[in-house]
This record gives sequence, C-alpha cells and structure tokens, in this order.
Amino acid sequence: MEWRSHLLIVPILLPLLTGALLLLFDERRHVLKATLSFVATVILLVVGLVLMRFADSGEPDAARTGVYLLGNWSAPFGIVLVLDRLSALMLVLTGTLALASLTFSLARWDRIGPHYHTLFQFLLMGLNGAFLTGDLFNLFVFFEVLLAASYGLVLHGTGIQRVRAGLHYIAINLAASLLFLVGVSLIYGVTGTLNMADLAVRIPAVTPGDQPLLLAGAAVLGVAFLVKAGIYPLGFWLPTAYTAAAAPVAGIFAILSKVGIYILFRLSLLLFGVDAGASAGFGEFWLFGAGIATVAFASAGVLASQGMARLAGFYVLVSSGTLLSAIGLSTVEVTSGALYYMVSSTMALSAFFLLVELLDRAQDPAADVLAVTMEAYGDDPDMEDVVEDAGLLIPGTIAILGLCFVACAILLAGLPPLSGFIGKFAMLDAIIGSNKPTLDISMFGWLFTAALIGSGLAAMVAMVRAGIRTFWAPIEGTIPRIKLVEIMPVAGLLLLCAAMTIGGGPVLRYMDATARAMHAPHVYVEEVLSASPVPPPATTEGSQP
Amino acid sequence: MIELTLALGIGFLVGSGIWLLQRPRTYQVIVGLSLISYGVNLFIFSMSRPRSNMAPVVTSGTVDPAAYADPLPQSLVLTAIVIGFATTALFLVVLLVSRGLTGSDHVDGREPN
Repeated sequence: MEWRSHLLIVPILLPLLTGALLLLFDERRHVLKATLSFVATVILLVVGLVLMRFADSGEPDAARTGVYLLGNWSAPFGIVLVLDRLSALMLVLTGTLALASLTFSLARWDRIGPHYHTLFQFLLMGLNGAFLTGDLFNLFVFFEVLLAASYGLVLHGTGIQRVRAGLHYIAINLAASLLFLVGVSLIYGVTGTLNMADLAVRIPAVTPGDQPLLLAGAAVLGVAFLVKAGIYPLGFWLPTAYTAAAAPVAGIFAILSKVGIYILFRLSLLLFGVDAGASAGFGEFWLFGAGIATVAFASAGVLASQGMARLAGFYVLVSSGTLLSAIGLSTVEVTSGALYYMVSSTMALSAFFLLVELLDRAQDPAADVLAVTMEAYGDDPDMEDVVEDAGLLIPGTIAILGLCFVACAILLAGLPPLSGFIGKFAMLDAIIGSNKPTLDISMFGWLFTAALIGSGLAAMVAMVRAGIRTFWAPIEGTIPRIKLVEIMPVAGLLLLCAAMTIGGGPVLRYMDATARAMHAPHVYVEEVLSASPVPPPATTEGSQP
Repeated sequence: MIELTLALGIGFLVGSGIWLLQRPRTYQVIVGLSLISYGVNLFIFSMSRPRSNMAPVVTSGTVDPAAYADPLPQSLVLTAIVIGFATTALFLVVLLVSRGLTGSDHVDGREPN
C-alpha cells in the first residue's frame, strides 16, 4: 500500500495528535502552542486540497472514491473512511474556515482562556471525521467529539452571557445525541448493518412489515441532524449560542450547522435515493417544508435583529433552511447549485462573524439596541437631503472595514457580482429552467423561488440598515484599533468568495460532478463494498506470523 | 415476559427523563438527561433482540449463529455509555459554573418574575 493512500486518515489523526501534544505545554508558552496549532491547520488545508485533487482526478462523470479500511477489515464488517468529491469539498471548506478563524484568534482570543488550541484541534478532528466516515455509529462518535470540543469553545472567554447560552446549547445537543442513538439502533435493528454503503444495499430488500420501523428510525435520526442544522421549531438555540460565542469560535461554528446538512444530503440520497425501492424519496416532502418554514422564520429574525452578531446568527438559519429545501427538491441541478451556495454562504458567514467583532469595537455597546427603536420612532425627519460631503476624510481602517462589510452584505443578500448571486442563480436556473421548452414549474418550485428571493431581500434590508447605523450614523465614531492578523482572515475569506465568482466555471463543474455522483449512489456503494483489504506482508524465512 | 419488562423499563426511564427535562431547575435537567440516556442504552440493547442464556462471543469451529446473541449492540451500548458519561460530567461542570456566575439554578440563569 503506497503512502499516498494513507493520506485519507491524516485529516483525523493530525488534529488529534496536535491537540493532544498541545496539552503537554503550559499556557504560558502560548507562542509555541499557537505556532504548532497554526502549522497543523495549514498542513490540514493542504492535505484537504490534495485529497480534493485525488477525488476530482477521475473522468468527469465517474465518481472517484477513496476507501480506507480501518484495521484492514473489509467493508461491511469493519469501519471505513470514504473520500469522494462531496467529503473532499467539506474537508477543504473546514480547512479554509479553520485557518481563517485560527489566524483571527491569534490576535488575542487564544490567550483569553486555557486550552483554546487543543479544543480547536479536537473540533477539527470531529468535523473531518464526520465528513470522512462511512459508518453510522462511527459518525455518532465523531459527532460527539466535535460537540464536546464545541461545548468548550462556546464557553471560551466565559462571562454570564456565554454560560447562559452554553447551558442551552449543551442541553439541546445532549438531547439530540440521544435521538441520534435511538435512530441508529432502530436502523440497525431492522437492517443488521451500520455501514452506509451496506445499508443502501439492504434498504430496498427490507420487508414491508419492517419498513415502518426502518422509516421511523430514519426519521428519528433525521430529527437529530435537523436539531444541529437549526431547523425551524428546533433551532431557537442557535442564534443565541452563536451570538454569545467568541468571534473566532463563531467563525468556525459557521460550518458546524453544515455538518447536519452534509449528513442529510448524503444519507437522503444514498439511503433513500433512486435505488431505494419502496422507501425511495422518504422524507423529501418534510425536509422541503421544514426548510421553507426555517427560511421564513429566519428572514423575520434577520429583519428583527438588533445586533449584527445576532443578524449573522439568524442568517445561519436562512442558509440552513435554503439548503434543506434544496435537499427536499432532490434534483441534480438544484443539488449542484445548493453545494455552490453552501460553500459561498458558509465562507461569507464566517467572514461576517469575524468582521462583526471588529465593527463592535468602533461602537457604543448601547448603539445597536437603540438603533431599531430609534428607527421605529423616526429619529431623522430630513432623511431626504443627502449631503455630498466630498471633503470628509474617511480614515483608512473604517474604509477597509466598510469595504468588507459591503462585500459581506452583497454575498449574504445574493446580489451580483459576488458568489452569493451565482449560487442562488444556479438554483433558480435549475427550477425555472432556461433550457426548458415551456414554463412548467411545480408549486414547490415557486415556493422555493419565493423563499430564495425573499430571504435575500430580508438580508439586504437588514444589512443596509446595520451598515448605515455603523458607518454613517455615528457622529463622533471612534476609529477601532485593529491588528493586521484580524482583518487578514476576513479579507481572505471574502477574496476567496470573489475568486469563486471569477473561477465560477471550474467550481460549478466540480459541483455538477459532485451532484451527479450523489444522485447515482450505486457507484459509491460498489466502490466501498468492493474495496479489498491489504494482503498480509509476505513472510520471509524464519519469521513467525 | 422479558420483552414486557424491558419495554416498561425503557418507557418509565424515558418518560420520567422527559418530564424532568422540561423542569426549570438545572439539576432536574441533568437528572432527566441521565435517565433518558439509561433508557436509550437499554433501547439500543433491546435492538439485538435479546434472549437469555446466549453467549455473544463465537467460539472456534463451525457455529450456528442462531445460538448466539448479537454482540454488536452490546459494544454500541458500551460506547454510548462512555460518551454519555463524559458529556454528562461536562454538563455538570457548566451547570455549576452557571450557578456560580448567575447566582441562580434556573435554566435561563435568572428567576422568572
């Protein structure tokens, strides 16, 4: 077995070892800790990119799947790690966000509480493991690893606000984990396997008598992921927890809600996709409905938010809801657009979470609370006369922050020219169909279109209002003190979004290939189940086995 | 008989747990979570279709699988117990911190008016 095939386990082992190693050092040696953590994260991103190149190296229409048999047990019996285009995409996204958040935290956040870097690395391990695993129970273990680390991180920096939000966050997630276990064990009870590929083979063969039990198990499991994704009636904890978390933590948490989305994407297409027989298409209607309800609720939340961090928290829900309803629509074109949207919105959200903390330094803490109230009473009667104040010198810091804010607003609202627009456009194009002969759109299609456009409008209104309050309204605004390492990750993420716009063709081609592979799960199943264990090393003379 | 006992046991544990989970005091919430996790552990175990007097570990030679209990759910329960124990301990710490910082053991960190 060549060394290259072992790369597949590096995204799990590297953060685990780094995190464990960092525990050995005293908190006073923070430069060493920060350096180790930073180097490990850079390597992680590079490994992610190499794996992505591997996953994408096959023919454009064929899925190239890397399978890693842990302990050299063949597929349905042992635990497998599986790499395909989708998991490679998630690995790279995780690496990118991790690098940005970690760089941001180096300015001061990593020294505010103990073991920040260790927790951060364990969080990365859990995330990467959840994206790579091909086994349901192993998924549960990685979920618990990432949640345990996130419990620590959400409390990083302490303070009453964080402890209060953290308590709710932990209680909700513990309850959801128990649902996860119930769902997994029900599925095991019916099918007798936990391997995802093997499940996909066995589900069509489930007898009609056992089918309700299987579907109940899948539904309970789905609810557990929906809680993590912050679906409408189960997601009230999310904006509060994300608002309370420290800025770099919220920056990496932007991908945490996408883990649930990723699993739902994978499982709904793998287990209940085209090949699933009687169970095909299970849950699509509910996912779609819940997604639309989430978008509606979260758009109202975005409009009603007084602070910018809370606005971002609600926008996480908008993004989740949009993706869930895209899963519910379940066509190749929509899936492809949704993947693009997911990458773009996650990076934009992460950048915005980081940016909000920088902007808050320029402000009176009470200003945000007053803002909405003041608007309701009409504080400015003469809004009409816009003064062309060409002589006013905007300080450099504010100009850069403002530029970043405008980019965030454009991305979140989904306006051209940045990538938020392309993602939404790809999904809308899949529904309205520029290449369809007649304008034949289902009711679901119309609802989805309305949700996409409506949520974009809500985000734009809210962002414009927040922007005016932050940059134009303060008469004696203080210029925030900002370090270069703090603005660099924000600008970097936004530049990546811009690069995704310019390189939209290759990126969309990758997403198309991913979506096609996801909608043809039999390739994944065959690759996983046919992976053969490594033969034992040839015994040389004299050595005993 | 064993099925009924098991089912009633799971139902009783989870039922009590859910009731406690809805209570306003943090201590009640953590006891509720523990009870539910016991119920869920028994539930996982019950998914192996338990029968008495069956060994889970296969001996060497040709064996009849029907004469053995399914060992996998038992190992899953072990994992779930360990993870559940760790996360409950973590929650307990946060609960104490919350009590110390806010001066209240209400789940919202303040007494309702």
